[in-house]
Amino acid sequence: MSNVRPISSDSPAAATTKAATAKRYKAGVLRYVEMGYWQPDYVPLQTDLVVVFRITPQAGVDPEEAAAAVAGESSTATWTVVWTDRLTACELYRAKAFKVEPVPNTGPGTKTEQQYFTWIAYDLDLFEEGSIANLTASIIGNVFGFKAIKALRLEDMRVPVAYLKTFQGPATGIVVERERLDKFGRPLLGATTKPKLGLSGRNYGRVVYEALKGGLDFVKDDENINSQPFMGWRDRYLYCMEAVNRASAATGEVKGHYLNVTAGTMEDMYERAEFARELGSVIIMIDLVVGYTAIQSMAKWARKNDMILHLHRAGNSTYSRQKNHGMNFRVICKWMRMAGVDHIHAGTVVGKLEGDPLMIKGFYDTLRDSRTVANLEHGLFFDQDWASLRKVMPVASGGIHAGQMHQLIHYLGEDVVLQFGGGTIGHPMGIQAGATANRVALEAMILARNEGRDYLREGPQILRDAAKWCSPLRAAIDTWGEVSFNYESTDTADFVPTVTASA
Amino acid sequence: MMTNIGSRLTQGQFSFLPDLTDVQITAQINYALERGWAIGIEYTDDPHPRNTYWEMYGNPMFDLKDPAGILKEINDCRKAFPRHYIRVTAFDATRGWETPRMSYIVNRPAVEPGFMLMREERDGRSIRYTVRSYATEKPESERY
Repeated sequence: MSNVRPISSDSPAAATTKAATAKRYKAGVLRYVEMGYWQPDYVPLQTDLVVVFRITPQAGVDPEEAAAAVAGESSTATWTVVWTDRLTACELYRAKAFKVEPVPNTGPGTKTEQQYFTWIAYDLDLFEEGSIANLTASIIGNVFGFKAIKALRLEDMRVPVAYLKTFQGPATGIVVERERLDKFGRPLLGATTKPKLGLSGRNYGRVVYEALKGGLDFVKDDENINSQPFMGWRDRYLYCMEAVNRASAATGEVKGHYLNVTAGTMEDMYERAEFARELGSVIIMIDLVVGYTAIQSMAKWARKNDMILHLHRAGNSTYSRQKNHGMNFRVICKWMRMAGVDHIHAGTVVGKLEGDPLMIKGFYDTLRDSRTVANLEHGLFFDQDWASLRKVMPVASGGIHAGQMHQLIHYLGEDVVLQFGGGTIGHPMGIQAGATANRVALEAMILARNEGRDYLREGPQILRDAAKWCSPLRAAIDTWGEVSFNYESTDTADFVPTVTASA
Repeated sequence: MMTNIGSRLTQGQFSFLPDLTDVQITAQINYALERGWAIGIEYTDDPHPRNTYWEMYGNPMFDLKDPAGILKEINDCRKAFPRHYIRVTAFDATRGWETPRMSYIVNRPAVEPGFMLMREERDGRSIRYTVRSYATEKPESERY
């Protein structure tokens, strides 16, 4: 420990230290700041895991005490002094809150009660190697219900390279996924089969075939498509693979359908994944609600079986959307990159679901960069070296359509899966035409971008020009051209003067 | 004849657009060169979706930075293989990528017969699928 200096045993300083130690471990209750969890002089080590929390303290609790309490309750502390600390190198195991700052635009004179950011460092030895479950049981296990704080949000986490290297990371990653699919230089296109519920296996495969043949790369099971009375999983897999292979032969392209293997037990999930592999699927999917350990297990299985692993973030908004309590989605992005998924839904900016453009930039950078650089406007509190963990392909899904192609490429870049469910299946000329409209809009926009055109500004004209020779695109623009979802986001940057509106 | 909407093979970045003109190809070459990517030209008469290794029309042009020179190579390849599929690939050697970053078709046969889907019925309603190019029923270099 860099901040513990040896003191010779017969010095006056040693006598003072002995007295302080005796006082520290006297039975009773101490304030957390007095128990060693508040160390404003502490300089985090390269191997420390450093976390930023947003704290709303209870009335009468000062911010340093609240920060120390969070550090304490997420590491060694309990409500009272215990002598058994003295059997351990307890200095090391104590998390250290070392900085507290008021959150901009909170407190008196604002609409929000006073909040604080606190920075807390945890020694590497607090965590088991390669276990998201252990990491999260420590950091978010107990502390969110703690009475001394009114609300708490995990904002960001710097994971030391030493710890990252104990994780497999994405089973496939962007580079290998593109090589396997033989698709480069443009976003991938997908769609979720609709309606979500009620289609028989035979009817379901029809949607998959039409969308893939029309020009999409992927079709996807929805998060709640598992194995229900209307369609058992084996039937779905068999019909979907017929559709995938038919479409592949009809276009000469590699195609895929995310077969959702989410089930009630790991044994069932493995059984479904094995069947998907036997049938020759290139990709399977799981839902976030299966839990961190199940996700890591499936990531290992996917690496072993040359399978791309898609993750649907089902359930995340229950804890990631509100600013004062829960955890920011960027932390989920980090954990999922470590856990080893290849795809994760990470927002659209322009679609129907929550998403501030600056925040989403931060999520996408976290998933795709080799090294993310601290950027407070994007909500990134730390530099993060990703230690050569593979890159995760973000997925944009929910209320997007071909008429927004220029905005989507501008905000999200080219290493992303753009999923147009309603925008494909709801096309007035049919599903194939809907898929073609999306693919033509995409290719026209990438061509224009590469030609150096100001495609964000000229986007509507670029689409209208392509629509002159592509009637499916014309019909798509006529149907959805004006549809947009302009609501203010709830999860916005703290470090910009005004709220950024979704475009 | 392929039955998809364009009656054509849809591999690559721009197969849903009208065939690129030389001016359009030059703009794409410039995009790659500005990023330091090396351009390679490859051709094949076996466009199976899993046929990764098309024949190289020379090595990727690591040292050629002149778009007109690269376009000339593309056109030379088209003259030598007028009825083959020809694709242009841009290779990125940057750490963390080290992989193709662009790939688009610049030449294709006049008639594209496409692919047959063969099914082998197996146990439990499973089917083993095989995609076969109609063109590959003839030997190499006698197709199309």
